[in-house]
Amino acid sequence: MLNSSLHNSASPHEHLLHRLYALQQQFLHISPESMQQVASEFNLPVSQVASVVEFYSFFYTQPCGRFHILFSNCTSCGYLAGEQDLMRMLCQLLQVTPGKTRQDGLASVDETSCIGLCDQGASLLVNGVPIPALDPEKITQIAQRITAGTPVTNWSAEWFKIRDTVHQRNLLLTDRLTPGSVLHKALQQGANESLEVIQQSGLRGRGGAGFDTGKKWQLCRVASGGARYVVCNADEGEPGTFKDRFLLSEQADALFEGMAVCAFVIGANKGFVYLRGEYRYLLSHLQAVLEQRRSLGLLGKNILGHENFQFDIDIVVGAGAYICGEESALIESLEGKPGIPRIRPPFPVTHGYLGQPTVINNVETLIAAAQIVMHGSAWFKSAGTEHSTGSKILSVSGDCRSPGIYEYSFGVHIQQVLDDCHAHNVQAVQIGGPAGKLIGAGDFNRAISFEDVSTGGSFLIFGQQRDLLAINRNFARFFAHESCGFCTPCRVGTQLLKNNLDKIAAGRGTAYDIEALKQLSHLIQHQSHCGLGHTAANHVLDSLQCFPQIFSANLKQHFTAQFDLDQSLENARQITHRDDAAAHLDNG
Amino acid sequence: MSANPNTITIDGQEIPFTAKQTIMDAALAAGVYIPYLCHYPGLPPSGNCRLCVVEIGNRNVAACITPAVAGQEIRNNTPELNEVRKTVTQMLFVEGNHICPSCEKTGNCKLQAMGYYLGMLEDHFPQFYQRREMDASHAEILLDRGRCILCDLCVRASRDVDGKNVFAIVGRGTNAHLIINSPTGKLADSTIATTDLAATICPVGAILIKEQGYQVPVGQRIYDQHTIREIGLQESIAKKNDD
Repeated sequence: MLNSSLHNSASPHEHLLHRLYALQQQFLHISPESMQQVASEFNLPVSQVASVVEFYSFFYTQPCGRFHILFSNCTSCGYLAGEQDLMRMLCQLLQVTPGKTRQDGLASVDETSCIGLCDQGASLLVNGVPIPALDPEKITQIAQRITAGTPVTNWSAEWFKIRDTVHQRNLLLTDRLTPGSVLHKALQQGANESLEVIQQSGLRGRGGAGFDTGKKWQLCRVASGGARYVVCNADEGEPGTFKDRFLLSEQADALFEGMAVCAFVIGANKGFVYLRGEYRYLLSHLQAVLEQRRSLGLLGKNILGHENFQFDIDIVVGAGAYICGEESALIESLEGKPGIPRIRPPFPVTHGYLGQPTVINNVETLIAAAQIVMHGSAWFKSAGTEHSTGSKILSVSGDCRSPGIYEYSFGVHIQQVLDDCHAHNVQAVQIGGPAGKLIGAGDFNRAISFEDVSTGGSFLIFGQQRDLLAINRNFARFFAHESCGFCTPCRVGTQLLKNNLDKIAAGRGTAYDIEALKQLSHLIQHQSHCGLGHTAANHVLDSLQCFPQIFSANLKQHFTAQFDLDQSLENARQITHRDDAAAHLDNG
Repeated sequence: MSANPNTITIDGQEIPFTAKQTIMDAALAAGVYIPYLCHYPGLPPSGNCRLCVVEIGNRNVAACITPAVAGQEIRNNTPELNEVRKTVTQMLFVEGNHICPSCEKTGNCKLQAMGYYLGMLEDHFPQFYQRREMDASHAEILLDRGRCILCDLCVRASRDVDGKNVFAIVGRGTNAHLIINSPTGKLADSTIATTDLAATICPVGAILIKEQGYQVPVGQRIYDQHTIREIGLQESIAKKNDD
C-alpha cells in the first residue's frame, strides 16, 4: 500500500522538498522506506534524500501526532511572550512531553523558530496553519478540540484570522499598482531604460545587506550563461520580521510585477519565489494571483504581446531552516539540497541556480523596483537619505501599544518609531533581529539607514521589565538551533555560547566567563563560513558593551563548578532507585 | 607591494601562483604551511574546519577556498591566528568523544598532531559528551562517529576518487553526523573496500581498518616523529602516504 500510494502521487517534475512535504503529510513522518522510494524516483543517492530530510525542521524521521503543534519561540510571538508558559500549559492539558508524540499518536507539541506573527501576540502553527493571539482561554479550547479529535478545518475560523495593521505609510504602501501597468511601461521603454531607472534610484537590497539592486541586475545581465533566473527571497526568517508576510498577502501582484520587470531586464524566462515553510498557508493565495496573471497575459509566452518576452514563476516552499535566507543556501535549497551556504565567490549573480546567472532579491526590494519603474527614480529619491534612498518597511513588535507595519522614509530616528508605536519605558531595541544590533536608550537618536543602523525590517522593543539576559539566551539558542553545522566555529561556537549564557543565568558564572564570552563571540564572528556565523554573536557583544550588568549581576566571586554536582548524580540515583540523604552530595 | 602580477605575499614572503590556484595551493607549492584539517591536496576543498583562516587586510578568509589574487598581502603565521586555531582545535576536541590514550589512531591522528603543533595543553571548553552511533557492521572497517570531526574528507574521497559515494554528512548544528549510503544505513551493506581512499583518509580515528591495530608501536608513528607541518607540506592524493 505504501509503494502504490507513493507511486501515484509522484510527478517527475515535482520539487524534492514538495515531494517530501507530501510524504510528511501523508505518513506524519518520512520513513527510511520513503527515503529509498524518493531516491529512486528522483534518481538520487539515498544519502542525499536523507540529508535533506535531516536538514529541515519540518521533516521528521519519527511520526508526529495527528495534531502537530509548533509554538513560536520568538521573543515577540513566542509561547513565553505573555505572563504564562502557554506551551507548558497545552502540554499538561494534552498529557504530552514537548518534542515527543503522545503514545496514541493523537498529538505532538514542540517549539519552532519565529513564525512571523510578532505583532499578533503568542502564536502557534497547528498542522502548518497559524493561530495568533493565544491566551490561556484559547489554549484550553484548543486542547478540548484536539482531545475530541475535531479536525482543524472545523475549528473556529475566527481563531485563524490574522489582522495586520499598517500604522505608517510611505512610498510603497500608499498606492496600489494596477496589474500589468509596470510591465507595460517597462516593455514600452525597453530593458536599457528600465535598468537605468533602477540604477538611478539608488535602490539597495531590503533584506539588510543593502547591495545595490541596479548593479546586481546589470552584473547578471552581462554575465555569460545559458539561462538566467530571477529569485524572490521570501524566506523571511529573521525573528521579529513579518513585513514580507504582509507584503505577500497584500501586494503579491506588485511583487510578481517586479520579478517580471527584472526578468525582462536581465533576460530571464524563469523565476522562483522561495517561500519559507512557516508561510505555507499563503501558498494558495499566491498561486491564485499567479494564475490570474497568466490569464491576463502577464505571465507565460508573448507577455503583453511581446513575442520575445516569455516568463513564468514557480513557488518553492521551504521546510523550516533560517539559513535558507542566505542567498547561496537558498539556491542550494531551490536545487533540492540541504541549505548549506556555498563557497563565494563565485556569487549567484554569475553562478546561481543550476550554476547560471541569478538575481536574488528580497520581497520588498522587488516591489520597490516595480514602483520605481512606474513612478521614476526622482520619486523614489524624494524619500530617504543620500546613501539610503526611498522608504523602509519595519515590522514593529514587543513592548509597545501599537505593534504592526510601519513604513518610513529612510533616516527616521529610532525614537520617532518608538513614539509612533507608543512604546514607553523602553530599555532597549533590537534592530534587524537577533543577527542585528541591540540599541540602548542612549542611542535612540540614531537613524534607520544603511549608513547608521541597518535592518531587514525587524524592530523588537524591550521594556524595562524585560530580562535582557533571558533575551540573549533566547537568541543564542536560536543560532545554535539554526546553525547549518558546516563549519566548526559556528557549529560548536554557537552551542558553547548558549551553554555559557545558561551557566551565567544559573548563577554559576564567574568573572572569567565574561572574558570567555567575549573571546568566543569574536571567534565566531571572524572565523565562520557565512553570514549566520558572522552575526550570531552580535547580540552578546552589543549586550556586553551596552548592558554589562546583565551578565555581571549574578556572578560568583570564586570558582564554581560549571555544573551542579548533585544534579549530575540524578541518573545514578534513578538507576539505583535511591533518593536518601546518602545518595545526595552535601552542598553546604 | 609587488610589481609581479602573479605573486601574493604571506607573512611578508613573496609567493608565485598560477591561475585558478587558491591561497592554500600557492602556499603549499611554495613550502609555506597554513594549518588545516579538512583539506587534502588533490581533493576539492571544502572550507569547513576553518583552521586555515588567514587575514587579508581586515578580512578573514579560509585559505583553502579563497582564490589567490595578485598582490594579496596575507597574514598567516601570527600569534593571534595560531591562538584562534588552537581554540578551533579545542572546539573539535570537546564536540566529539576523543579518547586519545586508547584510540588506535593515536600518533597517526591529525587532530591530536594539530593540538601538539598549536601548543594545546587542555580542552578549555566543557565536553559535549554527545551520544553518537558506532557502526561495527563491516568485517574490515570500523566507523566510530564519536571520533568524527565532520571534515568531509571521506565524503569527498569516496565520491570524487573512489567513485562510490559511500558517505554523507547530515543534520544541522551539533546534530551533524556521518551517514552511510546503503539500504540499511550500515557500512557492511555499502560498497566500501579497505583499498578505497575513503577508508584510509580519515584524519582521526573515526574510520579505522580492523584487525591491524598497533602494528606500528606508539612512539614510532607518523606524528611521533614528524610535526603535522612537515607532513602537511608533503602529502597529496597523488603520493598517498599509507600509514
